Amino acid sequence: MTSREKILSSIKKNQPDYQELNVNFKFESVFEDLYAKFADTLSFVGGKAVEVADYVAIKADVKEHYQGVLNIATTIPELSELADFSLNIDSPHELEMLNLAIIEGDFGVAENAAIWVSEKHLPHRVLPMITQYLAIVIHKKHILTNMHRAYERVQVNETGFGTFISGPSKTADIEQSLVIGAHGARGLVVYVLA
Amino acid sequence: MNNIRIDHASASTEFNKDEAHVDWHDETLWFVRSKRDKAVFQIPEWEQLREAGSQIKNHVLSNMHDLLIAFEEKATQNGIKIHWAADASEHNQIILDILKNEGVNRMVKSKSMLTEECNLNEFLKEKGIGVIDSDLGERIVQMRGEHPSHIVLPAIHLKRSDVGETFHEHLGTEKGATDPQYLTEAARLHLRDTFLTRKVALTGVNFAIAETGGFVVCTNEGNADMGVHLADVHIASMGFEKIIPKAEHLGVFLRLLARSATGQPITTFSSHFHKPRAGQAMHIIIVDNGRTKQLGRPDFRNSLKCIRCAACFNTCPVYRRSGGHSYHTAIAGPIGSILAPNLNMAENADLPFASTLCGSCSNVCPVKIDIHEQLYKWRQVLVQEGHVSSVKSLGIKSMATVLSSPSFYRTAGKLGRFLMKNTPFVTNNNLNVWYQHREMPDVPKESFREWYLSREKGKKE
Repeated sequence: MTSREKILSSIKKNQPDYQELNVNFKFESVFEDLYAKFADTLSFVGGKAVEVADYVAIKADVKEHYQGVLNIATTIPELSELADFSLNIDSPHELEMLNLAIIEGDFGVAENAAIWVSEKHLPHRVLPMITQYLAIVIHKKHILTNMHRAYERVQVNETGFGTFISGPSKTADIEQSLVIGAHGARGLVVYVLA
Repeated sequence: MNNIRIDHASASTEFNKDEAHVDWHDETLWFVRSKRDKAVFQIPEWEQLREAGSQIKNHVLSNMHDLLIAFEEKATQNGIKIHWAADASEHNQIILDILKNEGVNRMVKSKSMLTEECNLNEFLKEKGIGVIDSDLGERIVQMRGEHPSHIVLPAIHLKRSDVGETFHEHLGTEKGATDPQYLTEAARLHLRDTFLTRKVALTGVNFAIAETGGFVVCTNEGNADMGVHLADVHIASMGFEKIIPKAEHLGVFLRLLARSATGQPITTFSSHFHKPRAGQAMHIIIVDNGRTKQLGRPDFRNSLKCIRCAACFNTCPVYRRSGGHSYHTAIAGPIGSILAPNLNMAENADLPFASTLCGSCSNVCPVKIDIHEQLYKWRQVLVQEGHVSSVKSLGIKSMATVLSSPSFYRTAGKLGRFLMKNTPFVTNNNLNVWYQHREMPDVPKESFREWYLSREKGKKE
C-alpha cells in the first residue's frame, strides 16, 4: 500500500460522522466613509494613501517624492514616462536593481487595507516584493468593505498567483520592535484614483 | 516521564532564575495579547466569525477524505505535483530526493512549523544540504543553534543584545550594536543574497483550497514570496488538516488569523498559489505524521482545527512565565501541549500538566478548540496509561483512598493537624514542593466536622 492509500484509508476510518456545513460565514461591515477607513487602516499598517484626481497627479507626486531615484518600473501604460527600467527581462533576478515599482491593484479592502494584486497585472510575481519601494494604484470605487466581499469579487484561480498586500513588509522579531522593510518593500504608497 | 531529559517544570525553574527577563517575557506577550483584544473589539461580529471558523473546520474534519481527494485532483490539473508522506522521515526523504534531482545542495525556507516537527533542517544537514531559514526570527534562532520558542514570534525569548551578539558573530555587524532597525537591515542584505542564489525554496501552507487546488501562505516579511518567486522549484509542506473546502471560506480565516496572532487586521502578504510560474516546478507534500491517529481520538481530534495563530500562547499564564523552550516540542504553549502527547505520550506526558486550566486559551482560540478541556482529558489518559511519575500518581492514589473512606479521612485529618502543629519540619521542608514557594498555613484547632458537631450539640442543649 502506498503512503497515499494508507493515509486516505486511515482518514476515512477515523474521521467523525459527516457534518453538514450550514453556518453563516459571511458578514456585513458598515463604515461611514469607505475611503477614510481604508486610508486610516493603511496608515495603521505602515502605508500611506494618497487621493489623486488622475494619472497626471500621480506622475507629479512621484516626481516630487522620488526625485533623482533611478530604476523605476511600472506596469501601467499611463505612467510609462516615469519608468527608466523595462520589465521586459529574461529572469526575475534582474529586478534586484529596482528602486520603485508602480503597479496596478484590482481592488482594496477597507477593513484591513489589503489590495489584491495578481498575475493579471503582474509580469513577474516577485515584483511587489523585490522592489525597494512600492506604489499601487487603485480606483476609489473599487474599495470594498471586508474580506467576504473581497472573495465574492476575486476568482482566486483566475491566474496562477495572486496576493493581498497590506502595507509595506515588516517584522517585529527583535524584541517586538516594529521595523518596516523586512525582505519586501520598505515603503508603500497607494494612489487612489477618484 | 523518565524518558524526558528535562521536563517542563524543571526547565521553567531554570527559565525563572532570571527574574527581570521573565518579567519582560511575560509583559511582552501580554502586550501582544492586548493588541489582539484591541483588534478583536473593532469587529462586532467577532464571536460569530469564531463560530463560523469553528463550524467550517468541524465540517472539514468530517469530510477530510473527500476534500483531500478533490484537492489533489485540482492541484494536479493546475500543474502541481502532489506527494504523500506518512511520517516525518518520508516527508524529509521526499524533499531530499527533489533537491538531489535538481542537483543542488542548498535551499531557502520560510516559516513552516511542520518542518520543525519533522526535524527537516537536522536531517538535511546530515545529508550535506545547507538550509537557510528566511523568517528573521527563525534565522536568528537558527544561527544560535536553537529552535523557535514561539510559532509566530520565534525569537521572543531573546533580548536585542542577544541578537546583536549573534549577528556580530555571524553577519559581522558592529560589536555591541542593538538597534533593531540596524540589525534587521543587516539580515535583509544577507537574506537578499540567499533569495537570489537558491534554486529551491520551501514554504509552509496556511490554507489549502479543495475547490481550486491552490494554497495560501501568509507572511509579514515577504520572505516566502521572495524565496519562491526567485527559485526554480517551490516545495510546500502541509499537514493534511490545512485543507478548507472553498476559497470563500478564506474570508473567515484571514479575518481571524492575524487579528488573533498579533492584532494586525491581516498579514502584509496573503499569497495565493495555484500554478507554478512558467519554467518553475511546484510540489506539495501532504503529511500525516500522527494526524490520522489524532483524527481518530474523539476527545482530541478538535486540536486539528488549529490555524497556528498562537493566541493561546500569548494569553497563557504558564507559557508567559516559562518560555517556549520549556515545552521541548516544535509547537509549544497550550495547543502544543495537546498535540504533542498524540505524537509521543511518554516523552510529552509532562505537557498537559503545564497549565492552570484557567481556560483563557479556549476563550481566545479563533476556531473554538476546547484546549483547556483537552489538557484536562489528556491528564486522565496519561495517568491511565502509566505515563505519570510515581510520586504524582502515588499522591493521587493515596488521596483517592483517603477521600473514599470517611473514617480514614477523619483520622488522617487529625493526624495531619497534630503533626503540622507539633512537628512542623515534617511538612516545612524542601521535599514538599508546595512549601518551596509558600509558607504552610496555620493549623486549625479542629476540623469543620468537629466544629459542626459541637455547634449542633450546643443548639440542642
